Amino acid sequence: MVGMSNLAVAVQDLSKKYGDTFAVSHANFEVPMGTVCGFVGPNGSGKTTTIRMLLGLISPTGGTGEILGHSIKHPEKYLASVGAMIEGPAFYPALTGRENLNVLATLGGYGTDHVQSLLERVGLGDRGNSKYKTYSLGMKQRLGIAASLLPNPKLLILDEPTNGLDPEGIQEVRDLLKSLAQEGTTVFVSSHLLSELELISQHLVMLRKGKVLFAGKIEDLFLAQQPFILVKTPNESDLPKISEIAAAAGHKSTIRSGVAHIEGPAEWAAELNKSAFAMGITLSQLSPMLPSLEETFFEMTGDSE
Amino acid sequence: MNQIFKARVFRSEWRKLRRPTLFLGTMLASAGLTGLVTSLLFLLIDSPQGNSDRGNMISREILQLPSGLTIGFSNAAGLLGIVALCVFAAQTAQEYTYGTLRNLLVRQPRRLQLLLGKYVSMASFAIVMVILAAVVSMSLAFGLSGRAKVETDAWVTSDALQEMAKTFGNVLLSVIAFGTVGMILGLLLRSPISAISLGVIWLLIVENILVAVKSSLGNWMPGNLMSIIAVGGTTDISYTHAISMVSIYLVASTAIVITLFKRRDVSN
Repeated sequence: MVGMSNLAVAVQDLSKKYGDTFAVSHANFEVPMGTVCGFVGPNGSGKTTTIRMLLGLISPTGGTGEILGHSIKHPEKYLASVGAMIEGPAFYPALTGRENLNVLATLGGYGTDHVQSLLERVGLGDRGNSKYKTYSLGMKQRLGIAASLLPNPKLLILDEPTNGLDPEGIQEVRDLLKSLAQEGTTVFVSSHLLSELELISQHLVMLRKGKVLFAGKIEDLFLAQQPFILVKTPNESDLPKISEIAAAAGHKSTIRSGVAHIEGPAEWAAELNKSAFAMGITLSQLSPMLPSLEETFFEMTGDSE
Repeated sequence: MNQIFKARVFRSEWRKLRRPTLFLGTMLASAGLTGLVTSLLFLLIDSPQGNSDRGNMISREILQLPSGLTIGFSNAAGLLGIVALCVFAAQTAQEYTYGTLRNLLVRQPRRLQLLLGKYVSMASFAIVMVILAAVVSMSLAFGLSGRAKVETDAWVTSDALQEMAKTFGNVLLSVIAFGTVGMILGLLLRSPISAISLGVIWLLIVENILVAVKSSLGNWMPGNLMSIIAVGGTTDISYTHAISMVSIYLVASTAIVITLFKRRDVSN
């Protein structure tokens, strides 16, 4: 449990009900200051509804929440220090990118002096004077990220910021989020690109059907998962013998596509190698692994999509 | 502190209102409509079909009075009101259709201040529009008076100045009332097309049909009453009655939409 003053986001039993259906049900999680926290879940799991409640756009049906030490009942007390992009970018098509940022900068009282530097930071320095309606999806997304940075936020909440970006753009967003975190900004980012979140997040909140499945440090999630060892032999017919060695040592194994997957800790790999050598089997691959975030997610959610 | 927040909303809103297509387009439309109404008033002065709305005749003698200078302007108020209704409705409802309302509320979570700032900025837009319309109308009135053989001596007296101020105030009230209806419809329907369609169809078609069927309904129809404010009252409906009824309608419906806007979830 982190002290309350060190928390950027803390929610307790947060719920939102539409009719008889819970969009978010009794969610509990915390996001420590200065970290990058991934917010993952399938479509319709309640991510955007949660984010909307955190930003004061919709009222919770139940529960409480705090952002930067202030209750989510009073968004006016914390939103000046929060940058957000919700459900993708939304701007006025007839205005230029720069004018759109000027509208929000003026409204927030941030002044328009650093609009150009923000446009440059997201790679739109030379397209700021083009109308928003002429932007590609990737450019719109970049403008949305620029808008979220207008208040020089302590907390940045981004909903699917890499949607529509090409691999280079995704890499740039990843670097941007990393640099913001290094500068002390807390980043709370939802994405369906779990491999991306795995690269940048220290914390994770996992949601399914409105319920929090996991909330905490990403390494704690992986530690709770079963490690495994991948084994390949030059001769595929040797793989059943490898399975026998594993079974004798009490480890479950399966053979898929010419590879033996053995559930077991990394330390046992050396023992396996020794036993295989003793039986005259040469190993062409011996890789101790931890499940990826994607695999962990699917295992926890029971979702094979 | 509160004042600063309102000023921010006001200035932010004007960044949208001043875009050339909207600003110049609206101003040109207002000037054109007022110019047309004023021109017809003078050019058709001797026409047996009349020179005013619904074939009414406004004689040379009436135009030569101190109030004659602004008759064209006040006659155009209904059209100016429709323009204002469209602008207010579109500027309000587009925040929902573009999804930009959520951005605005993140930057200004005090919803009432956001709404008030938007309203004041649009009202100031309407003031610019009405000033332009007044200038165009009065310039045309002077320009066409010679051709229409209308004496203008009474137009440059202190009485005329008073009439001018009174008419300007009444037209402005009327136009802002139309605009308020537009904003209310925009907030209720959350779609520019629906808000404008409903507003225009009701004010220009439905009300006229209802009043044609039963003339006494004119006492209660908001569009009719707002137009009557612009001309300072008629022989059938007094200015006080029109102001009172329009105030009641607008205060009641504004209270409803403010409550809705403050409490309603902002989602898709």
